[in-house]
Amino acid sequence: MEDAKVNNKTGQTTLVALTGNEAVATAMRQINPDVVAAYPITPQTSLMQKFADFAAAGLVDTEIILVESEHSAMSACVGSAAAGVRTMTATSANGLALMWEIVYIAASSRLPIVMPVVNRALSGPINIHCDHSDTMGCRDSSWIQIYSENSQEAYDNTIQAIRIAEHANVLLPVMVTLDGFIISHSIESVHVYEDAKVKEFIGEYKPHNPLLDLNNPVTFGPLDLYDYYFEHKRQQSEAMKNSKRVIEDIGRLFGQTFGTVYDLIETYRLEDADECIVVLGSTAGTAKEVVDALRGQGRKVGLLKIRVFRPFPETEIIDALRGVKVVGVLDRSEGFSAVGGPVYQEIRAALCARHDISIVNYIYGLGGRDIGIADITKVFDELSAIRKAEKPITSRVDYVGVRE
Amino acid sequence: MSETEQLKGWKEIPIGGLILAPGNAREYKTGGWRTFKPVHHMDKCIHCLQCWMHCPDSAIKVEGGKFIAFNYDACKGCGICAKICPKKVQAITMEKEEK
Ligand code: SF4
Ligand code: SF4
Repeated sequence: MEDAKVNNKTGQTTLVALTGNEAVATAMRQINPDVVAAYPITPQTSLMQKFADFAAAGLVDTEIILVESEHSAMSACVGSAAAGVRTMTATSANGLALMWEIVYIAASSRLPIVMPVVNRALSGPINIHCDHSDTMGCRDSSWIQIYSENSQEAYDNTIQAIRIAEHANVLLPVMVTLDGFIISHSIESVHVYEDAKVKEFIGEYKPHNPLLDLNNPVTFGPLDLYDYYFEHKRQQSEAMKNSKRVIEDIGRLFGQTFGTVYDLIETYRLEDADECIVVLGSTAGTAKEVVDALRGQGRKVGLLKIRVFRPFPETEIIDALRGVKVVGVLDRSEGFSAVGGPVYQEIRAALCARHDISIVNYIYGLGGRDIGIADITKVFDELSAIRKAEKPITSRVDYVGVRE
Repeated sequence: MSETEQLKGWKEIPIGGLILAPGNAREYKTGGWRTFKPVHHMDKCIHCLQCWMHCPDSAIKVEGGKFIAFNYDACKGCGICAKICPKKVQAITMEKEEK
């Protein structure tokens, strides 16, 4: 099961068979946060269970706070992060919804909490499977959002998230997402880095104005009315803008240390593509297979994966899509705006100056509805029909995999 | 802060709404919240100090057992003092705050 290889630069990397949840729990073990407060919810449960195993075995020094709800979990995280220690939690769907109030307070108090979110459809009707309605719902909360394509990325993103959140120019909490069941419960081979290397990469935590620094007393969460609230929001906007550069730098440094460079977006065979699919999360993996197959038939198709959705990498997307003629944006959540899903809307806004491009939206995969090679191939076929003007655009927003 | 010119820009204040020094609540002048202000008529006042006892903001200054003045930096204009001042005395009247 374990296949260890030694690389002089990165130290020992071990190839291990892990579920996505185990991979993230392993990252958490290596991060060794001071406090973890969490409440179990499917499909996050096995992540925290694995981490609790590590704690029980004495492999981490973490104080685990078992709470009675996610509202309390995030509240305990706010208290702990304000006190001045490295703090993590994890959740899914309705757990995130129950945290809602405190999710905003964590961000506006500028607390660098890192939270893996195992994406699951929000109730109702009640459903435990993957879609992005949970994290897309809090895209305006001023949390950084990093979406993972597979277990390796979920592991790597969790490690990077610590440094991003704690960076002095950022100081915002970070959500690392992984698709429920599809990533969280599937076993994949994951390169696990040496504990000491991860520890060195994330560095020692230096808290910003900790509450427990008794020599420098501070007040957290005071009333902030029309005279200063706006200025504090303006600071948050600036931090979110700053975080773009920081995420890029840390992605590059991560590559230098562990071998894989991470960026805000990932392009796949996009260089000379006429048609492109924009997607985030695990579906990017399936879509890459389709791109390869269609490229094999001589079709000029490509893929743009959005890794970081908040902050939104607008200039990078404009640049990546400059030669593309038709874009199909895949949304794994329905924004109920009546004019398309959240990713689609941002892409359209980013490309508003382009009059030579057609952009259409496909809502897919709600409540864990499978999306396969055939579905994505069909989307590419439609995009190519639009390009050749064989198919007029009757509706910009369509649904993939729903029964009529 | 009641004066607009004292307000700082977003680059000058601590992030996250934090207050970095203790014991500075007195610098926050809540008097700016008032729409009505209490006005005292010394000629009528019998110095019973009912107003002083009931003011929820401790905004009435008393010295040697006598009413001295309102602290308008703290007074929020609730009108309790005017209400509690004995009916026969009516040494406090509420007047519209000029902005
Ligand atoms: S109006 Fe209210 S706050 Fe002001 S002095 Fe009278 S009782 Fe105190
Ligand atoms: S309640 Fe009226 S009479 Fe009594 S001290 Fe106050 S102002 Fe004077």
